[in-house]
Amino acid sequence: MAKRKIFSDAETALAGVCFDGMTIMSGGFGLSGNPEHLIAGLLASGVKDLTVISNNCGADGFGLWTLLNNGQIRKMVSSYIGENKLFAELYLAGKLELELNPQGTLAERIRAGGAGIPAFYTKTGVGTVVAEGKPVEEFDGALHVRESWLRADLSIVKAWKADPEGNLVYRKTARNFNPNMATAGKVTIAEVEEIVPAGSLDPDHIHTPGIYVNRIIQGPSYEKRIEFRTVRPREEEPA
Amino acid sequence: MPWTREEMAERAALELKDGFYVNLGIGIPTLVANFVPSDIEVVLQSENGMLGIGPFPYDDDVDPDLINAGKQTVTALPTSSFFSSADSFAMIRGGHIDLAILGAMEVAANGDLANWTVPGKMIKGMGGAMDLVAGVQRVVVVMSHADKAGNPKIVESCSLPLTGIAVVDAIVSDYGRFTLDRNARSLRIDELADGIDLETVRAHTGITVLAG
Repeated sequence: MAKRKIFSDAETALAGVCFDGMTIMSGGFGLSGNPEHLIAGLLASGVKDLTVISNNCGADGFGLWTLLNNGQIRKMVSSYIGENKLFAELYLAGKLELELNPQGTLAERIRAGGAGIPAFYTKTGVGTVVAEGKPVEEFDGALHVRESWLRADLSIVKAWKADPEGNLVYRKTARNFNPNMATAGKVTIAEVEEIVPAGSLDPDHIHTPGIYVNRIIQGPSYEKRIEFRTVRPREEEPA
Repeated sequence: MPWTREEMAERAALELKDGFYVNLGIGIPTLVANFVPSDIEVVLQSENGMLGIGPFPYDDDVDPDLINAGKQTVTALPTSSFFSSADSFAMIRGGHIDLAILGAMEVAANGDLANWTVPGKMIKGMGGAMDLVAGVQRVVVVMSHADKAGNPKIVESCSLPLTGIAVVDAIVSDYGRFTLDRNARSLRIDELADGIDLETVRAHTGITVLAG
């Protein structure tokens, strides 16, 4: 099996696909399922004036925050940017553009982009600022607002395992936006914890078929930072 | 005495019915999970891509790949499932979730809800709140009845940017449990906290309040 999709590291995988002013989708929900090494690769590349589509924008010292801190992001398309002081500062100072989308609208716009559907109607956001300036139409007695697709020059996603064809399997809630974004990039680069030999993944259990994935890297290690570590005590053993 | 956070969560849990699929918001709504009656089963949905949320993990079982929508570490149950964000919101927007319990800053007489931003003060984003109120079958709000200055949060019309229009069905506050009649634009008392009377509720509510 040819290993044409497998690259040695983030820098070589990103070579030739980055340009100033480009639009990038970056997977993850909070700090879970973030393409840590590809974000570091974008930081090192210095590519700037980026429009970044991602549910959030990292957190202090982690993930997309590092690109924000390095002045590489011009605009964010997100659903939630709380718990990010730098983001608030830059936004209030007029140094950052922000397009807030309801989370489901964001996910569906990305799904539509990957599926070649330029627009769709949803009840979400009708009567709110989200619907301002957008066509509204009645279906079955209820108003719906038209939302358009999202596509990107580059999608960077994080999965658990990949085979050499680029078939991906995600792990638990680290899946989130990653499979949807994988479909909506002109180029999609996946980083994984392990590249496994062909035949190791059950074809019935593939989450992202390899057709959507152009390049793959295996990350050397993952920080997987936790935002809110919540635990319960172990029950006392009976005496 | 007005109800505590735990007492509000306990009352909100009365909304749960056997077999319900339920989405709980961040804050007091999350506490509702601790008060599910023992004779019913509900499945909790987390919009980041999980059905069947288990309790918080033991300290040595924490998994960074397993969090809820509040980004807290959680556990899975034997019947849990994981899915993408688009699939998660297809469940929500497709009307497959029976009940959402959410926090609020303002609720209007017609059921309008404001809970995502205070212009000039708070920039966080709406997350999944707009999708939830638009798509879920029943929306229950849990909040303090009045703001810190004692001003009503249940008002004729919201002054804050809206999350959704005509979406709220019921309210659990620190004063009691209420049903919102959106057509009649009135609030009906279902239960009051000990020591809270009709006059107190009326004094801190911006719309018509009817005794139960």
